[in-house]
Amino acid sequence: MTQAQLQETANIAAHGPDVGGGDWRKYFSFSTDHKVIGIQYLVTTFIFYLIGGVLATAVRTELATPEVDFVSRELYNSLFTVHATVMIFLWIVPAGTGGFGNYLVPLLIGARDMAFPKLNALAFWIIPPAGIMLMLSFFVGAPGSGWTSYPPLSLVNGKAGEAIWILSVLLLGTSSILAAVNFLVTIWKMRVPGMGWNQMPLFVWAMLATSALALIATPVLAGALILLSFDLIIGTSFFNPTGGGDPIVYQHLFWFYSHPAVYIMILPVFGMISEILPVHARKPIFGYKAIAYSSLAISFLGLIVWAHHMFTSGTPPWLRMFFMITTMVIAVPTGIKVFSWLATIWGGKLRLNSAMLFAMGFISMFVIGGISGVMVAAVPFDIHVHDTYFVVAHLHYVLFGGSVFGLYAGFYQWIPKMTGRMLNEPLGKIHFVMTLIGFNMAFLPMHKLGLEGMNRRIAEYDPKFATLNLVCSIGAYILAISTFPFIINVCWSLFRGPKAGNNPWGGLTLEWMTSSPPPVENFEADPVLATGPYDYGMGDRSTQVDVPFSEPSDPDLSAGPSSSLRAKADPAVAAHPDDREGESANRE
Amino acid sequence: MNIPSSIVTMLAGILLTLVSIWVGQNHGLLPAEASKEAPLIDGLFNTMMTISTGLFLLVVGVLIYSAFKFRQRPGDEADGPPVHGNIPLEILWTGIPAIIVLGLSIYSFEVYNAIGGLDPMGHSPIAHSKAAHQMAKMPGAAIAATLDTPPDSITEGQTRNQDIQDQAVQDPATASVRKDLPQKKDAPTLGTTSPRIGPTPENQGMPPEFVVNATGLQYAWIFTYPDTGIVSGELHLPVGREVLLNISANDVLHAFWVPEYRLKQDAVPGRQTELRFTPSLVGEYPVICAELCGPYHGAMKTKVIAQTEADFNAWVAEQKVASAEGLGAAIATNPSDRSTDEFLAPYTHEMGIHADLLKQLHPSSEGSHSSAS
Ligand code: HEM
Ligand SMILES: [Cu+2]
Ligand SMILES: [Cu+2]
Repeated sequence: MTQAQLQETANIAAHGPDVGGGDWRKYFSFSTDHKVIGIQYLVTTFIFYLIGGVLATAVRTELATPEVDFVSRELYNSLFTVHATVMIFLWIVPAGTGGFGNYLVPLLIGARDMAFPKLNALAFWIIPPAGIMLMLSFFVGAPGSGWTSYPPLSLVNGKAGEAIWILSVLLLGTSSILAAVNFLVTIWKMRVPGMGWNQMPLFVWAMLATSALALIATPVLAGALILLSFDLIIGTSFFNPTGGGDPIVYQHLFWFYSHPAVYIMILPVFGMISEILPVHARKPIFGYKAIAYSSLAISFLGLIVWAHHMFTSGTPPWLRMFFMITTMVIAVPTGIKVFSWLATIWGGKLRLNSAMLFAMGFISMFVIGGISGVMVAAVPFDIHVHDTYFVVAHLHYVLFGGSVFGLYAGFYQWIPKMTGRMLNEPLGKIHFVMTLIGFNMAFLPMHKLGLEGMNRRIAEYDPKFATLNLVCSIGAYILAISTFPFIINVCWSLFRGPKAGNNPWGGLTLEWMTSSPPPVENFEADPVLATGPYDYGMGDRSTQVDVPFSEPSDPDLSAGPSSSLRAKADPAVAAHPDDREGESANRE
Repeated sequence: MNIPSSIVTMLAGILLTLVSIWVGQNHGLLPAEASKEAPLIDGLFNTMMTISTGLFLLVVGVLIYSAFKFRQRPGDEADGPPVHGNIPLEILWTGIPAIIVLGLSIYSFEVYNAIGGLDPMGHSPIAHSKAAHQMAKMPGAAIAATLDTPPDSITEGQTRNQDIQDQAVQDPATASVRKDLPQKKDAPTLGTTSPRIGPTPENQGMPPEFVVNATGLQYAWIFTYPDTGIVSGELHLPVGREVLLNISANDVLHAFWVPEYRLKQDAVPGRQTELRFTPSLVGEYPVICAELCGPYHGAMKTKVIAQTEADFNAWVAEQKVASAEGLGAAIATNPSDRSTDEFLAPYTHEMGIHADLLKQLHPSSEGSHSSAS
């Protein structure tokens, strides 16, 4: 028996009935089922992603030539402002946390739903009105001060658009806080008996770190935005220098949230990658505990690096050095993850399907963004490239090459669970190749543009940058087109896709231990962890492997099943006698 | 591990190192180095490029190699080997990156120091001329002074922004372009809140060879040369002389950036920020506004003209004559630049702004449009 069969056999009692998709109308209702809410999040945010993509395409169309010839300068500023706001607050954040988080966390920990189902639904239903409001702002003059909305510019640039922007981001932030509370309580309290902290799937660890971060940082943004709205609407001067206010204070408050926000956008994706790689490499995740705890380290360090966005504005000299060092240190836990992922792949039996390709594409693209991130942390160099296209390149390698590639990997991995039907592999591969080519064409040249002197947020530029910009724009069009194979694939799969079965990938985590799609309340009885979440290849436990420095008898040196880094099975029900060491701490 | 494979690994390692070093030196990604500070920053970048190339090739190499070598063979449904991790390896790849970033931090710190980022409490020499402040601001004695001077002299240091602004507007030309905004006080214990690149270590304690006041406004830079009456839309600088650029803004945030100098500094209304550097190469380079300042942000560009000492002196002389004929004329007589109003005219026309509104924009008059609230 393979490990997957062991786990499935042990969970026959927990297996929910096969109920199929059910009534489609529930997706338009105030449903409290976390799976419905997860899908509501995913579909809504994907629609916003398409809108954000249209805005990006408009931006790149304007930038295809050096002159201002496609839109007016004012509209151009609104395009990139709304583009960024949509991509961040209406796509990456809610798709990673709200979408995949909601769908997966209860299933992965063997729970029947989230801790606060109504709050959960409420958090979702805040999003559509906030998003629609932001879109409608184009009719009254959309916000145009960048997604950072720095005063004093944001106070003089057009009040209606700015007020709408503030309200919309405030609502989205509220939604994010509500979701974070819900995740924390769910993860804390609702794990199935037998799942200790060190047996949680890595996506759950990532959501724990993300939610803590969201809960600490988002209220600060809310505070900043409320003060900004006072300045804007009733003429206070918290941030307005004409009245003695300080625009730099806004920057501190803004980045105290918005730097952690980049980890809110990437940590859930890290978690999904840690789930996807072992399944398709057919190997345990390498260094489970190292990956789990590095999420916490990133989450903590993420809170003390914000002023690296302000090296040229209001940061005193010694503070520049402090924030440089803390920022560089984040490369260490991030490196732990990347190397552990590579070691997971190494020596496996890789199934190069779409999910795996996007996951591997994620690693290679994210690494570029991570490296350029260390570069911009170096103060003397950042002074040169801050607010240039080098930074635009960096942030897209992290947000697109990182988060979006990872989200796509997640879609290919879990859509079969969500709909009960498989996606088409050839279409998926076309999607991957086009995305990879388009993405690198669109964003790699931006590094050079920035270094040579092209600043960001401009509608017109020096003609000497024309060629590279044209390449970027063509890349952006390829990217835009690359979305079609995916959309066609999902639509085809919904109606025509082959049935997925419970466990199409042979996974060990609990979401695969019930039917696809899972019934309301997920499981018939509490599922059990007969094997650990990543115990691939453990059927023959004598297998020893050639790992440098390894010593099978010592848990700290062993690379095999006795490694102290492994996520173990539940001792009460473990499939293998070696794992049954006493009783489960969690099972009463 | 058999011997041939370790030889292959070693060769791959050597090749990777060589490629990385070559890329670090020959990437050709940066523009000319036109200031004394630029080569230092480029050295840092080249080092980071070398490390980055190595790291990138390593990661992508492993991914591509794995995709071919470890692909699932048809019919093989068995799992891979149960490798769960290895603490020595985890320590290795925690330790090596930690050492790399530590090294980079130290190197960056050195460069930052060498370009003058850390001159700790060194105060702007134009504020020094106020006799009352001389003592507290004597460079060199400065660190000690802030740490254990009695509270009232610290309070004095807090008004640095105000002092510099006061000093700057004693120059009539600067006064005519600078808006008189309330200036921020410095934090009492942490020193200046207005960031700057100060003098390089060998120049520390010495006043800069000369000072230029740079004022950013929507959508132009105005450079005034104290004690000469010169007002210019372009920045003329003599090569080889250290200059202190005293930067502020009238309305919204702007940022002064010369890519060829590798230096950038935000212009913040209510604060006085500084860039102190030495141009090293004769030529014309773009001055770019790097902080979003409104729809015409992309058009907010001018030039820095780095000249030989003789050419620069000739330009100053010519400007002085012109300024004797009045401020407005001074700008007009310089054929290569336009006054703010002229500069803005084509844009403001499109924006539907009238001439009288432009007059208001002129900072000497109260209530410019930035006080919208
Ligand atoms: C569909 C492909 C995309 C293209 C072609 C694209 C293009 C661009 C361009 C050209 C800019 C620079 C605007 C400027 O500085 O003038 C920009 C800014 C930005 N983009 Fe994207 N983008 C894409 C996807 C994304 C995604 C997926 C994210 C994810 C969060 C994102 C986040 C941002 C952010 C945060 C900014 C900064 C905006 C600002 O400067 O205020 N973009 N994008
Ligand atoms: Cu950041
Ligand atoms: Cu600007």
